[in-house]
Amino acid sequence: MIIGSKTITVGVQGAQLIEADDLAAGYPNKVVWQNANFSFGRGEFIAVIGPNGAGKTTLFRLLLGLQQPLGGTIKIFGESPRRGNPRIGYVPQRHLIDSETNVEALELVRLGLSGKRWGFNPISHTDREAAFDALKAVGAVELAHRPLGVLSGGELQRIFLAEALVSKPDMLLLDEPLSNLDLKRETDMLHLVNGVVRSRGVTALLIAHNINPLLPHLDKVVYVANGKVATGKPSEVLTSETLSMLYGVQVEVLRDPHGNVAIIGIEEHHGGGL
Amino acid sequence: MTFSPNLLADLQQMLRYQFMVNAFEAGTIVSVIAGITGYFVVLRRSAFTAHAFSEIGFAGAAGAVLLNVAPIAGLLLGSTLGGLAIAALGRRAANRDTQIGIVLAFSLGLGLLFISLYRGYATEAYSILFGEILGVSAGQVQLTLLAGVLIVCGVGFFYRPLLFASLDEDVAEAKGIPLLLVGTVFMLLVAVAVSFAVQVTGVLLIFSLMVTPAATAQYLSRRPQTAIIISVCIALGATWVGLFVAFYTPYPVSFFITGIAFALYLAVRLAHLGGSPAHLRRRKEMPTVEELTA
Repeated sequence: MIIGSKTITVGVQGAQLIEADDLAAGYPNKVVWQNANFSFGRGEFIAVIGPNGAGKTTLFRLLLGLQQPLGGTIKIFGESPRRGNPRIGYVPQRHLIDSETNVEALELVRLGLSGKRWGFNPISHTDREAAFDALKAVGAVELAHRPLGVLSGGELQRIFLAEALVSKPDMLLLDEPLSNLDLKRETDMLHLVNGVVRSRGVTALLIAHNINPLLPHLDKVVYVANGKVATGKPSEVLTSETLSMLYGVQVEVLRDPHGNVAIIGIEEHHGGGL
Repeated sequence: MTFSPNLLADLQQMLRYQFMVNAFEAGTIVSVIAGITGYFVVLRRSAFTAHAFSEIGFAGAAGAVLLNVAPIAGLLLGSTLGGLAIAALGRRAANRDTQIGIVLAFSLGLGLLFISLYRGYATEAYSILFGEILGVSAGQVQLTLLAGVLIVCGVGFFYRPLLFASLDEDVAEAKGIPLLLVGTVFMLLVAVAVSFAVQVTGVLLIFSLMVTPAATAQYLSRRPQTAIIISVCIALGATWVGLFVAFYTPYPVSFFITGIAFALYLAVRLAHLGGSPAHLRRRKEMPTVEELTA
């Protein structure tokens, strides 16, 4: 059964993984954004973009249950978000490892699976196998015994992705995994995430600065700006009309022959330069 | 007491003295707990915090001496209060060197005042500052054992969440690990470990058992469990050899413990610099010529 991405069907197969209804987020004395309505299904690749401080990470914190909504409702897997949900894999932003940390990468990946449990962790065969499976999925088996402190930015991102994947989550939340990566590694990382989304049916939300490298892979875009949230297919959201409405000023979306977009009319634009 | 080339005979001669037996027992327990907690202290970059505990403990110990109470009671009170305060402020606060330094300086001053108010011997202050392992009583050994069991069980129980929170705090939090609880328990375990380690090395030389062995071990193994075992072995080696050498020489035990630990650290660092540096040096991600011209 194929369900079009515009049709919202409630049922076992068509059940939405994330559903937000008139959602508002922020802090008791400051609303970051409000009136957000969106729903995402299984196996969708979604980019979350918008200016700095617009509340992209806030959306992740709501989904992780680290922050409560100010208003409206949000359901994830049909229930309210709760902290420590094993069905979510999370890679936080600007995630640095001290360069003197001489702990092998495999250990961190294993902790992604069993780090929550009390007590000592003996070298469990199942844990180890799951960790190596995750490392294999991100093409980082050869990094298993390397110390975390000496890994490069791109290598670390793959280890963090393995750490998030090891518990076999249904959803991935990736906060700026492409920052600090050069072009080649950015492309590699995107192919990797896309591969995971397609092969495992995982729903991935990825916060990014530049939408263009993501466009070939994306199912949907969440654009957070000016206290509002616009959601839909890239072709629906990345238009002059939608973004002008979102920003409340006239914004022009230009496209080059390769399909790259440039957004003109706002100080900080998130398309690439033409 | 004359040293002979027969080491076994020397050992037997030394252990005929009850104070040396006590010193070996206390030193052994302290080395185990310092080696274990020290690994996490180094991993979490909290060495300065651990040092602060010992100096806040100094004020407590000096106050205890003034009130005619066992110094360990004051040490425990001072360092655990310090641990609770720092844990309540969160991990990022635990790395606030300036504020910790300010409290540390005041604690030392306070300890100095207590010592000068105490009309006894200055040796009390000296032994708290530089250790008095040769004066440990059988009762103190039992208390140290109790603390040792508590710390080993505590770290054993919190091992995985503590390791996770130390390596990757943000993901650990999202996974539902109670960071405040884990951080507080860890600080309390370190505070207790520091208080007992002070008996061996003194307040000022606490790093020699709490930091140096663990820092050395981190260079020798990338697996936390192996590194912890190595850290304990180094602490044990430094303490045992230090006690042995000090018994036959007129110089203080604390010097030999710090000296041996430092020598091992230096040897390991030098071996790594000369040997295979590739895996320890920070590697910058530089594109290759092939990638640039592709």
